[in-house]
Amino acid sequence: MHKEFLMGNAAIALGAIAAGVNVVSGYPGTPSTEVLETVAAHRPEQVYVEWSVNEKAGMELAAGAAYTGANALVTMKQVGLNVASDPLMSLAYVGIEGGMVVMVADDPGPISSQTEQDTRRFAAFSKLPCFDPTSVQEAYEMIQEAFACSRKYKTPVFFRPTTRICHAYASIDVKDPSEYLENKPEGFVKDSSRWVIFPRLSLANHKKIEERNEMLTDVFSDSTANASLRGAFGSSLGIAAGGIGYAYASEALETLDKEVRPSVLKVGTPFPFPEKLAVDFLKSVDRVLVVEELDPVIEDALTFLCGKYHLETQVLGKRSHHMPYAGEYTVDLVKAAVDAFVGIETEPKTEALPEPPALPVRPPVLCAGCPHRASFYAVKQAMKGKKTIFCGDIGCYTLGNAMPLDMCDTCLCMGAGISIAQGVWHVEPDTSCFAFVGDSTFFASAITGIVNAVYNQAELTVVILDNSTTAMTGHQPHPGTGKTMMGEVVSKVSIEGILRGIGLSFVETVDPLDQTAAVDVIRRASQEHGVKAVIFRSPCVALMKEPKTVFGGPAVIDPEKCIGCKRCIREIGCPAIVTQDGRVTIDASLCNGCGLCAGLCPVHAIGPGNGGAE
Amino acid sequence: MDAIQKNLVLCGVGGQGTVLASKLLAAAAMEKGLTVMSAETIGMAQRGGNVFSNIRIGQGLHAPMIRKGEADLILGFEPGETVRMLPFLKKGGAVVTNLKAVMPTTATLSGSNYSGEQMVEYLKQVIPQERLFLVDGESICRELGSTKCLNVVLLGAAVATGEVGLTQDDVLAAIRKVVPARFLELNEKAFAAGNRVGGNEGK
Repeated sequence: MHKEFLMGNAAIALGAIAAGVNVVSGYPGTPSTEVLETVAAHRPEQVYVEWSVNEKAGMELAAGAAYTGANALVTMKQVGLNVASDPLMSLAYVGIEGGMVVMVADDPGPISSQTEQDTRRFAAFSKLPCFDPTSVQEAYEMIQEAFACSRKYKTPVFFRPTTRICHAYASIDVKDPSEYLENKPEGFVKDSSRWVIFPRLSLANHKKIEERNEMLTDVFSDSTANASLRGAFGSSLGIAAGGIGYAYASEALETLDKEVRPSVLKVGTPFPFPEKLAVDFLKSVDRVLVVEELDPVIEDALTFLCGKYHLETQVLGKRSHHMPYAGEYTVDLVKAAVDAFVGIETEPKTEALPEPPALPVRPPVLCAGCPHRASFYAVKQAMKGKKTIFCGDIGCYTLGNAMPLDMCDTCLCMGAGISIAQGVWHVEPDTSCFAFVGDSTFFASAITGIVNAVYNQAELTVVILDNSTTAMTGHQPHPGTGKTMMGEVVSKVSIEGILRGIGLSFVETVDPLDQTAAVDVIRRASQEHGVKAVIFRSPCVALMKEPKTVFGGPAVIDPEKCIGCKRCIREIGCPAIVTQDGRVTIDASLCNGCGLCAGLCPVHAIGPGNGGAE
Repeated sequence: MDAIQKNLVLCGVGGQGTVLASKLLAAAAMEKGLTVMSAETIGMAQRGGNVFSNIRIGQGLHAPMIRKGEADLILGFEPGETVRMLPFLKKGGAVVTNLKAVMPTTATLSGSNYSGEQMVEYLKQVIPQERLFLVDGESICRELGSTKCLNVVLLGAAVATGEVGLTQDDVLAAIRKVVPARFLELNEKAFAAGNRVGGNEGK
């Protein structure tokens, strides 16, 4: 054992390595991404790691590896689980031979997600055990327990941290490499009565799964993941909590006098629910306040047990409106709820300050020099005055919706933009339909939509914003980059080749920083019939150490020429263009010299600075 | 409890280097055998958005997040962001803030430039003079010849206030461990320059 200061996701990765993981797959998604990256960075020799093309591929790959007796880990964010749910639901019936942990990070808030869905519900729906850590240290230990549980019962299990576990840091105790478990898979053993899912097998296994889960409610009652802690002598109050909610509740309880502290039920396995432990707890108190983010999972389980065992204990939480359903919890929110529950007034710790001046609003924006800005601007210019719809997708380019670009009319989920554009076109054939999709999203889930549009004779233009990386989640490689997580350089999968193979005849690739060519290609594409594709290819500015830009350095505005019309600001919303004492200037520390602003200045006042070409 | 626990809030705008500063504090605390927890903004908000780090050092920690009115120190990399985090400051806590405002794109678009000076004036109004440390990071960085060391300048000022629970030597040792050799001299100078603003040069 030794101490390390680790991010929660790194702790989960090191825990998986300590448990003898053999195969790790996944698709990037905040807040889950760093788990797989940390495994890749610390990769022991025998471990295979990949960024899969999407979550479904990652899930199936992990299942195949676990069929051979390997320990497999698949990582994703909560909405990624929707993509991977098809293989998972069936896999729950088939089971595995080795170990398999499905690491799904939930995102209360949501801070960077489309939904506030709760993976604990998904665990109950798929009938798979679920582990829910309350701290970084526990995440490290619990992922090892999850592997042990999976191996013992030959079933995939869920491991569900939330953002404040994934992205918290803590100094924790971790094992030395000599303490790591080692797993040598025996190899796949053919047995079609086991590995081929047929209705008869599903029926037989469904019974076994229900029996196993009933047994697990007992097993988990004795697990260290769950705990019942007695409060003050004579206290008839209890707090039940899980996930980061447990950590917040613990902070809140520490502020109470020892004489009034309620008893505590910590739930680390929300499914199957630790029934015995929970019933004993419910019998020891009259009222329980449940502290958990997202869905009322623990609350519903306790309410159910009160009915089943005819207990009069009152269960308070979201359904009684004592706790909010939506949004992230905070220590302050939980403390106020706990104080009210025990009947004391929360003392404000700060003096009321006078109202501060209006604070700046800082919505996230496309970076200065981002090629997506040039792509959006080119399409906007080319289609000015026409009836259009711009369907967006998931990635940095969703930020194209912000003013003044305003180039994202819809955004739903990975790859959806293409089929949504198709749906609009079938109803409004006089609308020029555009779908914007990034390169990583193209590989993850856009190809099916394009095939569908071609087959069904739709008319739309797919604009592929290829910045040669998965930018939003921190620059992960994908099939088009020619790099793998095993550090190999491989042949790139060609986006143009795929599109031509599908049967598109209009496939053109243009650098969006060349605005004349970019506007021209969109005009021509919009006049063709059928499904057309334009690939705007220019690397992500955050990826380049020395940005190769049009100007070779930051642009400058010639104050002699500038007439102060602010057209550059109004048109493209670049964060590097600022006004200072009424004059428009360019912040040299932000500008990459992409040249987009120079092209639209009516008096040609913007040009290369000293660092640029003469 | 309070005596053996330090709660720090670092805040600024994405890209200003708040993350490295919090890593250096954590490393220094770990080296002393102290327990550390922290939390920070990651993801979409990083792109030009307001960002924060919570750092908690000491005993009795459960959650990585700090409650309102509990921070011993707010270290702001941008005056407006410093003001945004003030509700987290405890009674009598210290505030160290950089003076230079970072204009949001929205202000530029709407033409309603927000004023950094106005934020500093507000801070002067609500924080007692001996608890408020104003750092002209831009001038200090210009003298040092690099815009990249703002975070270490501010860190130097924060540590010198005595509210971090770590000595200058503790943090210097962490800087020496983490910063590449060719940038070490610059960062040592930056840290010392910050120390002078923090007010106890002799310590």
